[in-house]
Amino acid sequence: MELLDKLNILADAAKYDAACTSSGLDRSGRPGTIGNTTLAGCCHSFSADGRCVSLLKVLQTNFCVYDCQYCVNRRSNDVPRAAFTPEELCELTMGFYRRNYIEGLFLSSAVIQNPDYTTELMIKTLRILRETHRFGGYIHAKAIPGADPLLTRRLGLLADRLSVNIELPSSPSLALLAPDKKKEAILTPMGQIRDGISQSRQELAVYRHAPRFAPAGQSTQMIVGATPESDRHILTLTQALYDRYQLKRVFYSAYMPVSSSPLLPVPEGFQPPLLREHRLYQADWLLRYYHFRAEEILDETQPDLDPRMDPKCCWALRHLEFFPVEVNRADYEALLRVPGLGVRSAKRILTARRVGPLSFEGLKRLGVVLKRAQYFLTCSGKMMRGLQVNEDGLLRHLVSLEAPALAPPMPEQLSLFGDAV
Amino acid sequence: MPWTQVSCQYDGTYPGFLSCVFDCYVNREEPVEFHTPEDMCCSLYPLRAVETDEARARRVYRSFARFGQEGQRLAARCFLTCLPDKELWLWRFLRLGYEQGPRVGRNLTDPTVDRVRKAVWHLEHEAHQYKGFTRFSELEGVLVGEIEPKNQVLPLLRPHFCSRYPQERFVLYDRAHSMALFHQPGPRGWAILPVEDFQMGPAGETELAYRRLWRSFYDTIAIEGRYNPKCRMTHMPKRYWAMMTEFQKDWDTAPPEVRAE
Repeated sequence: MELLDKLNILADAAKYDAACTSSGLDRSGRPGTIGNTTLAGCCHSFSADGRCVSLLKVLQTNFCVYDCQYCVNRRSNDVPRAAFTPEELCELTMGFYRRNYIEGLFLSSAVIQNPDYTTELMIKTLRILRETHRFGGYIHAKAIPGADPLLTRRLGLLADRLSVNIELPSSPSLALLAPDKKKEAILTPMGQIRDGISQSRQELAVYRHAPRFAPAGQSTQMIVGATPESDRHILTLTQALYDRYQLKRVFYSAYMPVSSSPLLPVPEGFQPPLLREHRLYQADWLLRYYHFRAEEILDETQPDLDPRMDPKCCWALRHLEFFPVEVNRADYEALLRVPGLGVRSAKRILTARRVGPLSFEGLKRLGVVLKRAQYFLTCSGKMMRGLQVNEDGLLRHLVSLEAPALAPPMPEQLSLFGDAV
Repeated sequence: MPWTQVSCQYDGTYPGFLSCVFDCYVNREEPVEFHTPEDMCCSLYPLRAVETDEARARRVYRSFARFGQEGQRLAARCFLTCLPDKELWLWRFLRLGYEQGPRVGRNLTDPTVDRVRKAVWHLEHEAHQYKGFTRFSELEGVLVGEIEPKNQVLPLLRPHFCSRYPQERFVLYDRAHSMALFHQPGPRGWAILPVEDFQMGPAGETELAYRRLWRSFYDTIAIEGRYNPKCRMTHMPKRYWAMMTEFQKDWDTAPPEVRAE
C-alpha cells in the first residue's frame, strides 16, 4: 500500500478526535535538534469544518479488536484498514514539520492485538522521532486504557501531552455502547498520569535535568448527543475531572452518525448537536477562566443550557441582584461575571483604571462589548445614557444579539413546478 | 512658548526616525508631518531635513526604557506596523511617554496610546498567524518560504523560526516589503536584508510528493457533517490562502513557471 493511501485511511479514522491543540508548554529549540513549542500553541491551518489543524493527527493503525458502537473503527465496521510502520510515520512527520505544515504529531491508535502491543508500537514511533530525528516539536499521545502502567509511563516520558478518552459521560452509557471498556480502565491511567505529572514536577524542582513526564499536562474528550445525559451532568463531570484529575482540557465532540446501531440515534435526518457542543464549550470556559462553578451555571430546575443565549448571559439574567457592577470599583472576579466582559477586557480595565476613572467611551476603546455589557455596568455610578431597562426587554434584546449566529436552516426555495418536474 | 511646527524629512528608516526625534527635542520643534526625500510634496510648514545619526538614534532607543515594560514594547514595535502616519502617532506616543513615564503603558483610554496599542496588536497578531501559515518548500536542501504580510513581521518571526530550525538553512521572503530573512546553522547565523527580485525555483520530486501528501491530509481531516466555511474564514482569512500549499492545486503536475525577466 502506498504512503498516500495509508495517510488517507489513518487520518480519516483519526478525524473524530476533537483535540488538536499544541499548547501548554514553552520549549525553545536547541542546536543539533529540530523543533520548538510555544505556550499558546500555534494553528497551522483550518480545515473546511473550521477546526484548527495544528498537529499531524493520525492513528498508528485502525485495526481494532474492540467493537464500540459509536466508533468508526469498530471491529464490525467494514472500512479499509491500514497501519503505519514507525519509520514511515517518523519520515512523514519530519517532512511535514520542516515545511512548517504542522506543529507536531498527534498519535492515537486503535487497539491492535492488545493494549500493550499497541502502546509498544506507539512508543517505538515516538522514540525514533525523539532520539534518531532529535525532534523537539509537540507530541500528543493517546494513552491506551488497559495498557501496562510501565508502558504508559514510557509513553509519557516521550510525549508532551497525554490523553485518555472518557468517551461517554456516564458508566451506564459506556456499558451499553462500549462493552469492552470499563470506567475503571479509563480512570486508572488518568490517575496514574496525574500522579506522574505531579511527581515529575517535584523532581524537576530539585534536579533540573530530571525526566519530564507529560509536561504539557493531560486532556480528555467525550461524545455529546449519542446518549441521554443532561448538560448539567456533563458539566458536573467536567468540573470533577478538572478538580480531581487536574486536566488541562476537556473536549466535547458532537456525535456524528457513523453507525446504524439500534442503540444510537438513527443516522437518517440526524443533525449533530453542534450548537449544544458550542454552549458546552462556553460553559467549560466559564469553569476554567471565569471562576464559575458548575452548580452556578446549571441547577436541578434547569438541567440543560439555553440554546438561545450563552451561559454567562443566562446566569446574569437569573442573578440581576448582582448587577449593576461599578467598573471603577469592582474586583476582578466581579468584572468577569459581566456579560460582554472577557478575561482580556477585565484585565485591561484593572490596568487602565489605575491611571484615571473609566467612562463608557473609554470602555469601548478597551474592547468591551457594550452591546451586551451596557445593561450590567455603571461608570462612576451612572448607567449608560439613554438606556431603559426592564427585565423582559433585556431578555429579548440579549437573545436578538445572538440571533444572526443561530439562523435557522435556510427555508426551501418555492418552486412553481413542485415535485412534478 | 509652544514648539515651532515643522515638516520633517528623513530617509524612511527606523534610525532615521529616531534621529528626527532627537533633533526635534534639541531644537524644540514639533513635527506635523514626516516624509522622505522621494515624496513629491510641498508643505506650508518649514522644512527640517534630518541626517541619520546612528549614535543619536541609539540614545533615543535606549530612552524607551523609561516607559516601563509595556510602553517600551509599544514604542519599539510601532514603527513596524502598517498604521497610516505611523511616524506621527509614534512621535505623539513618545512625547506622552517622556511626560508620563511608565504610566503611558497603562493609559489605555488615551486616544494616542489606544491607536498605537491597536496597531501593535495587529502586528503581533499577524506575526502569530504567520508562525502557522508560513509554508516552506525544500529546494536543493534549502527551505524557501514566501509571505505577503501587511505589517513588517520578519523581525518578530525571526526568533521563532531560528529557534525552530536551528540546523536548517532557510530563506523567508516578505513580498510586500521586499525583505528576506536568511538563516544558516550557527550562533547568530541570521540576517534580514532587502531583496530586489525573488523567485522560487522549481520544486523537486520529493517536494512535490510531500505537497501531495499534505493536501490529501488537509482534505481528509475535515468532517463533512460539520462543514463550516465561514468559521474557517474567520480564523484564516482568504488573503493568507494564496501562499499556502493546501490551496495550490496546480503545482502537482507542473512546477511553477519562471516568469520572464
